[in-house]
Amino acid sequence: MSNLLDLVLNNPLLLAEAALNGLLLGGVLALLALGLNLIFGVLDIVWIVYVDLAMLSMYLIYFTVQVYGWPLLAGAAAGIGLGVLLGIGVHLLIITPILTSPPVNQLLATGGLLFFIQSLATFLWTTDHRSVRLTLPTIEVAGMFVSFARLIAFVLAVVVMVGLYLFLTRTYIGTAIRAVSQDRGAMALMGANPQRIYIVTSAVGGALAGVAAALLIIQYSVHPHFGAAFGPITFMICVLGGLGNMFGAFVASFIMSEIISIGGVVWSTEMGYVIAFALFIVLMFIRPGGIFAKKQ
Amino acid sequence: MLELAGVSAGYGHFTALWDVALRVSAGEAVAVVGPNGAGKTTLLRVISGVIAPRTGTLSFEGAALTGRPAHEIVAHGIAHVPEGRRLFPALTVADNLRMGAFLPAARAHYAESLARVFGLFPVLKDRRAQRAGSLSGGEQQMLAIGRALMSRPKLILLDEPSMGLAPVMVLRLFDLIRLVRAEGYTILVVEQNVRQVLKLVDRAYLLEVGRIKMEGRADELSEQDFVRKAYVGL
Ligand SMILES: Nc1ncnc2c1ncn2[C@@H]1O[C@H](COP(=O)(O)OP(=O)(O)O)[C@@H](O)[C@H]1O
Ligand SMILES: [Mg+2]
Repeated sequence: MSNLLDLVLNNPLLLAEAALNGLLLGGVLALLALGLNLIFGVLDIVWIVYVDLAMLSMYLIYFTVQVYGWPLLAGAAAGIGLGVLLGIGVHLLIITPILTSPPVNQLLATGGLLFFIQSLATFLWTTDHRSVRLTLPTIEVAGMFVSFARLIAFVLAVVVMVGLYLFLTRTYIGTAIRAVSQDRGAMALMGANPQRIYIVTSAVGGALAGVAAALLIIQYSVHPHFGAAFGPITFMICVLGGLGNMFGAFVASFIMSEIISIGGVVWSTEMGYVIAFALFIVLMFIRPGGIFAKKQ
Repeated sequence: MLELAGVSAGYGHFTALWDVALRVSAGEAVAVVGPNGAGKTTLLRVISGVIAPRTGTLSFEGAALTGRPAHEIVAHGIAHVPEGRRLFPALTVADNLRMGAFLPAARAHYAESLARVFGLFPVLKDRRAQRAGSLSGGEQQMLAIGRALMSRPKLILLDEPSMGLAPVMVLRLFDLIRLVRAEGYTILVVEQNVRQVLKLVDRAYLLEVGRIKMEGRADELSEQDFVRKAYVGL
């Protein structure tokens, strides 16, 4: 605690910079959490493999841009396209055959896919860290230093989330997705083909993973264990916000990213994660349904 | 209009319906009555395609619907207001109604259907921005019926619309169903509220342990022993 106090008293600007970075990180985390939560809400299955799908898109963007010299936007579009295909593919090949199996089998199936992707990525691309080299400046805002890539990623994440909100509230299919998450069976009585809704949901979830991949690859290098680095925190955010609760996931993303970022400046990045996970465990005892669940 | 012949259905190894024959003509109101567990809900589920029949055939306006999935059967003009209403509680009243018009053919007439539903149930118009879960039981049942009407059905299946409602509300609801009927919809209603429902319909079937035990005109059935017993018993 004394470190934190020290920082507040002696170097408030550094703390403010950490808070700002936390906010920016939260935007991208929210994108991943919303995608995972959207799929969970509709299918009642946690795609443990979700961030690993984003990792595959990151590799694709890396190879197209860094190796084949595509413009970044074209690489990003390819990454998003791959995300959509992976989303649909996972649904059709892995989820559909086990849709009525017990939840634990579904978890194991997507977990198995996760280890398969990790091993395959290690086999194909080794454990090298690969990054898209961008010459983006670091900019100064009121005495604080922020990476331009982070800022861009945040702004785009917010734009995509606004788009997602409009899709889910304004369109028939988007509203149907929310309806299915409340009552799976009743939507069929409205004339909606459940499988079609599942596919659209998985495609949108995959697209969000693809967008997140594009925003992550301009900030971080990709490696076969990227999913292991961002997967647990994404899952934790969803549980904290209440599985299936989109608004909860959105808020929880920023709570977690602030803890990680500020903890990282005060102590160390590792300590930031330790605090975040510890808080998660404590909150699960106090509010097992998530921070926005009504008290039992 | 609707014709079932030799229909049996069930869950797993359990058979809930045995060799059911049933017919509803256009413009008719028909009731299926019977004690708890008789298979009334199962019967409506078979008609709307929620579960597939094991044997028998189902046809609607000459089209064979046997074994078709629920989302296709809606497109043929059959709307199912399920037991317990099954609203989308976190969606607004307006969004629930919008989901009723999910089919492209229904979407094209959305505004017209909405005006009609609001005409029948003005309270839904006042509450259109409210979450469905916040409505009273009677309002929720109106919304469930209104949502079904949004798909522009020819036949409406109602599963125990009076369930869980206060006695005053039950009477009001039956009046509202009369209004719906007067709009020209054909109705197949399942009820345990035997007395009330027999005043509403033209014909009725008595279902017991999965079999049709009796069928006839509503006024004839009202004189039967089982109605008096049901009246005393329930
Ligand atoms: N989902 C289900 N799984 C297994 N059995 C069921 C299911 N739904 C109903 N049943 C059984 O089928 C029989 C008929 O039920 P139901 O059609 O709901 O009767 P009713 O609507 O007349 O009360 C009952 O014995 C009930 O226990
Ligand atoms: Mg029933």
